[in-house]
Amino acid sequence: MGVDERALIEERIAALFAAHPPAETDERTFWGAQFDHGLAWVQFPDGFGGSGVSPRWQAVVDQRINDAGGSTRNRINNVLGIGMGAGTIMAHGTDEHRARYLRPMFTMEEIWCQLFSEPGAGSDLAALSTSAVREDDHWIVNGQKVWTTLGHLAKWGLLVTRTDPDQPKHAGLTYFIVDMEAEGVDVRPLYQITGEAEFNEVYFTDVAIPDDLRVGDVGQGWTVAMTTLMNERVAIGGNVQPRGAGAIGEAVDIWRERHGAHGDAVTRDQLLQLWTAAEAMRLTSVRAKEAATSGTPGPEGSTAKLQWAELNKRITSFSVDLLGPEGLTYPGGYSFSRPDGSADVDGAPHKRFLRARANSIEGGTSEIMKNILGERVLGLPGEPRVDKDKPWREVPRS
Amino acid sequence: MDTATSATDTPDLATAAPPEVSYVLTDEQRQLQEMVRDLFGDRATPERVREVMLGAADAAFDTILWQELADYGLLGLTIPEAHGGAGASFAELAIVLEEAGRRLAPVPLLSSIVLGTEALLGAGTETQRAAHLPGVAAGTTRLALAHLDVGGDLLVPPGVHASRTGDTWHLDGTSAYVIDGASASHLVVAARTDTGALELFLLDAATAGVSRTEVEVLDLTRPMATVELAGVEVGEEDRLSGGDAMAALHRALTAGVVALAVEQVGGIQYTLESTTAYARDRIQFGRAIGSFQAIKHRLADMLVELESARSAALHAARVLAAGERDELAIAAPLAKSYCAEVYERSAADGIQLFGGIGFTWEHDQHLYLKRAKATKLLLGDPKHHRALLAELLGL
Ligand SMILES: Cc1cc2nc3c(=O)[nH]c(=O)nc-3n(C[C@H](O)[C@H](O)[C@H](O)COP(=O)(O)OP(=O)(O)OC[C@H]3O[C@@H](n4cnc5c(N)ncnc54)[C@H](O)[C@@H]3O)c2cc1C
Repeated sequence: MGVDERALIEERIAALFAAHPPAETDERTFWGAQFDHGLAWVQFPDGFGGSGVSPRWQAVVDQRINDAGGSTRNRINNVLGIGMGAGTIMAHGTDEHRARYLRPMFTMEEIWCQLFSEPGAGSDLAALSTSAVREDDHWIVNGQKVWTTLGHLAKWGLLVTRTDPDQPKHAGLTYFIVDMEAEGVDVRPLYQITGEAEFNEVYFTDVAIPDDLRVGDVGQGWTVAMTTLMNERVAIGGNVQPRGAGAIGEAVDIWRERHGAHGDAVTRDQLLQLWTAAEAMRLTSVRAKEAATSGTPGPEGSTAKLQWAELNKRITSFSVDLLGPEGLTYPGGYSFSRPDGSADVDGAPHKRFLRARANSIEGGTSEIMKNILGERVLGLPGEPRVDKDKPWREVPRS
Repeated sequence: MDTATSATDTPDLATAAPPEVSYVLTDEQRQLQEMVRDLFGDRATPERVREVMLGAADAAFDTILWQELADYGLLGLTIPEAHGGAGASFAELAIVLEEAGRRLAPVPLLSSIVLGTEALLGAGTETQRAAHLPGVAAGTTRLALAHLDVGGDLLVPPGVHASRTGDTWHLDGTSAYVIDGASASHLVVAARTDTGALELFLLDAATAGVSRTEVEVLDLTRPMATVELAGVEVGEEDRLSGGDAMAALHRALTAGVVALAVEQVGGIQYTLESTTAYARDRIQFGRAIGSFQAIKHRLADMLVELESARSAALHAARVLAAGERDELAIAAPLAKSYCAEVYERSAADGIQLFGGIGFTWEHDQHLYLKRAKATKLLLGDPKHHRALLAELLGL
């Protein structure tokens, strides 16, 4: 099986590169061709940007594209779509959804955002209040979402709403794709501790969504949302990078430049503790990728997400310490801009240090990851739940 | 500067009982604390702090609060009565510094009242003190200490060079990371002379040849500048010549280190209060998040660490006030290294406990994280101070 899959992928890569040399083709055309050759998300079926093989081959494809001078930045700049929306639409959408949305998502013609969190519902996502009420062939949506990354650039949003407030909280939810340019959608920037506004708050006032933009059955929103979240955790934590890349690479560079031969043994040992932790974590994601079969990732995705978040925070903080007095500065100042990507992947060490504080909050907090690992992976008993079987209406909220 | 150099080399410092100082506030100190708390609470509101920090006020520091601090006599607590001060001690000043740290008040207390004043008290002649200290106590003179080189390394000699012809001194060079350097009215400049000795000069910041550039800082509530001196000429009367310059600089930096520790305690205290209040109010899964042990235990840990940090900082402040030089050599690096680490941890935990809202610019917790990180790196990071301790303890 593995050998056949490799041969198939190699063949498709060769065909793609022959028709569209990565270094010479403009990004959008290349991504379109990559999709058409079944190399956008290899685990998807033929015809939907995939080749029907194990997702482990995706890393091979992406590495080859990067080595050949092409770009895979669409995975970062449209992460809510490619990393999370695609898997959701594949698992729960209709063929019409797949045909309509996947390709322009991958080519970045259409940016996506995730409209899950609300002021009153973060960790407890299922408590959300944004309502959708059916009227003939469409739904009328009212409410407020928050922390909506890239909402200001998005054409489409992944939206979870409450369609039945009398059901217990998990049972009354329904999932939609929403047009961010529709009448009644208001996107306002929220500035972050870095001084940039990657995320937004989004207000819905009598927004009409056609019923054919519903994903999954009425009342099945929780199941669909879980698919999105599992994909998100893998998208956040499960990326396999080359050895020494990313935050740890930056720390090593700072050490070489500023400490090097004069560096003290204690600090060097701290650096190496972080380096070994980062490398062990990297190998874990290599191993997880290899073991992964097609389909939706399970709760184990939380392992990678948790470990990456906590380690990235430690490394980026250590890097600022390594800068010494220069750590007191903020190069470029606080800009109050609205970037088109995530500061997590670029910027001075100072900004990465600040941006990393969100790693253990976004995509589910570290505390929630630990609860998931304890309860869903280790099978430990859950906390007593006061809210589970009551109608949503009757559950206390802040 | 090496804080270890002035300490006596008694081998039993590691086990010797520290001198006794009291940690209890006197009635006067308690009154002072109440008054200062009210003052900072009324004046250094989050809105006002942001206005000043974003450059939307009339100056780079809070001029209104500064004036009130002067009016209440709080800028002159450590200045002798003869020079317009209150003739109190660092124990009283510490009360002010803690409240300032708790509110992140953007006023030049550390630069002018601690670093600048201590240097002047340490090396100024009677004439020089009489000329400048009344202005400092009144808030009209604001001192900034320029003692580093461009790299900001404490163990490297100052970046400014001084050479003398007759009664004129020529100052040239660059000093970086000067706290409140751009808004100060006067600079206390540490310089190396031709013979490699250290001298301190007190000069008007508007002296010809002085240029100051604001640094883009992580912690916007505490501005810093790079100060360049090019062909600056000052007289012998501007050299602080009433005491040993090296010892005076050491005295100033030690006081600065203690001041930072006290300020850090104020920040930790704030963080614990605000996160505890939020954990009580914020409901997820039908219950207050503070009812989850993951949250409750974290806050309990923060409380325990705060208590230790407070003890270390208070000890250092009391020892400094009592003039116990030997013990101060231990107490200052102990307090700075310990409080800095606790502050950083608490401030970062604070963001985590607030969740998404804690990551927003609007919320105040990030200001505390930035202050924590900056004060950790300022005037020697924890490793620097632990190395000093190790030396003192003969380890
Ligand atoms: C940079 C960034 C980008 C984001 N992007 C998006 C986006 O695009 N779309 C979107 O929908 N959301 C997004 N989010 C929101 C994110 O998913 C939520 O912030 C997160 O789920 C936490 O919710 P909350 O902020 O309401 O915090 P809360 O849920 O209120 O949590 C507060 C604290 O309580 C703890 N806590 C809560 N419940 C428990 C428990 N049972 N046990 C122990 N501790 C608990 C939490 O861990 C946290 O420390 C983003 C967040 C950030 C920071």
